[in-house]
Amino acid sequence: MNIFKVIWAFLHKFASPKYFYTVSRYFIAVFGVLCFGLMTTGLYFALFNSPPDYQQGESYRIMYIHVPAAWMSMFIYMVMAVASAIGLVWQIKLADIMAASSAPIGAWFAFLALATGSLWGKPMWGTWWVWDARLTSELILLFLYLGIIALNSAIEDKRTAARASTILTLVGVVNIPIIHYSVVWWNTLHQGSSINVLKGTSSIHIDMLIPLLLMALAFKFFYFSVVLMRARCEVLSRERNTRWVQEWVADQAR
Amino acid sequence: MSTSSTAFFSILKRDLILAYRHRSELINPLLFFIIVVSLFPLAISPESKELRMIAPGVIWVAALLAAMLSLDNLFRSDFEDGSLEQLALTTHALPLLVLAKVCAHWLVTGLPLILLAPLLGVLLFLPAESMLTLVLTLTLGTPILSLVGAIGVALTVGLRRGGILLSLLVLPLYIPVLIFASNAVTVAGSGFPVAGQLYFLAALLTLSLTLSPFATAAALRISLS
Repeated sequence: MNIFKVIWAFLHKFASPKYFYTVSRYFIAVFGVLCFGLMTTGLYFALFNSPPDYQQGESYRIMYIHVPAAWMSMFIYMVMAVASAIGLVWQIKLADIMAASSAPIGAWFAFLALATGSLWGKPMWGTWWVWDARLTSELILLFLYLGIIALNSAIEDKRTAARASTILTLVGVVNIPIIHYSVVWWNTLHQGSSINVLKGTSSIHIDMLIPLLLMALAFKFFYFSVVLMRARCEVLSRERNTRWVQEWVADQAR
Repeated sequence: MSTSSTAFFSILKRDLILAYRHRSELINPLLFFIIVVSLFPLAISPESKELRMIAPGVIWVAALLAAMLSLDNLFRSDFEDGSLEQLALTTHALPLLVLAKVCAHWLVTGLPLILLAPLLGVLLFLPAESMLTLVLTLTLGTPILSLVGAIGVALTVGLRRGGILLSLLVLPLYIPVLIFASNAVTVAGSGFPVAGQLYFLAALLTLSLTLSPFATAAALRISLS
């Protein structure tokens, strides 16, 4: 039996709501612990053990929140797009649930990126907000998230809602490359990207890069554990008429 | 003539005849377009210098809102009287029929906007050099608005309060068109070449023309189920 068959078998089992509900509890615990550990070490290095920037002084440190949040807002959108596509093609209920539970988290990360960016912009650029291409496209991303959430809650039937937001999510994917390349295309006030992991040509010092990557990982694990928590609630409410949920509830009540 | 193109043209003809029979409804988006544009000189300033500066943006935003308002008629009446279900049940490819409906919709709402825009440009003291660019951007841009908007309408047509939701879904997707188009018109006024922005709009048009009918058809099937 090759490795792919094992993975496929696990995924197939994992996609059944009941199995997901019982197993995901342990995933949440593991991801939560990882997130806590990475975030405390990351924050320690970010706030106490990395040098001040030669140009921006101490205030650059908001980067350790801002950059990972901006990355997450795009990462979560891609997760949603992939989950929606899986839900569309293979009709897996859990994929729809994942996409639906990711949207509010992604919206908050987009908001966090915009808010911290504006706090960073005040001392550096002298203004809270500029209509720069990067900022504008991040704002569009936030609007896309809000549109998906609104569409999801406007349609009563959960199955129809999931399929409708699938289409909207996939149409909105066009925006992701625009955000990514906006800095290259219209270089205005927002600084260019300093990190290029693939080419190894990052223009950022290693003492700043390590805490940044730690924070980025911590944010990833934060998302994984929170999305699983939300998905668990969603699974319970969608499967409330099935036998295993009723037995579980009866168990809890005892 | 193959059966697919017969189906395409008969839907196109049907929708154009229907639109012609409801002429008064067609005037409304146009009136809206004119009224919105004429509010700006009253609200901001009648000075030609300031109006010239904001003219490209004002005309484009008004065109965008007018296009969005007119979208609601695209599938609504067909959805309510059941003919949309009949269309979905035919043996022809639904994306093709959707494309015919969107074409008809653009011919009766987008085309008049393009014809009207130079007049409004004159009212807002838009420089003569920008006029051709304004018409070109609208020619490339309004079909995108209809095609992308069709996806949003198809998603919300089954909902009772789809109107506000439609704007929330569709407006973020309109923003790239708005950026490139109004930028092109502004730049043309200063005498710079605008080929780059026009190529981008043409690329967006090609993208939406090829992909949006499929997304719209899928969305319609969801709304009909």
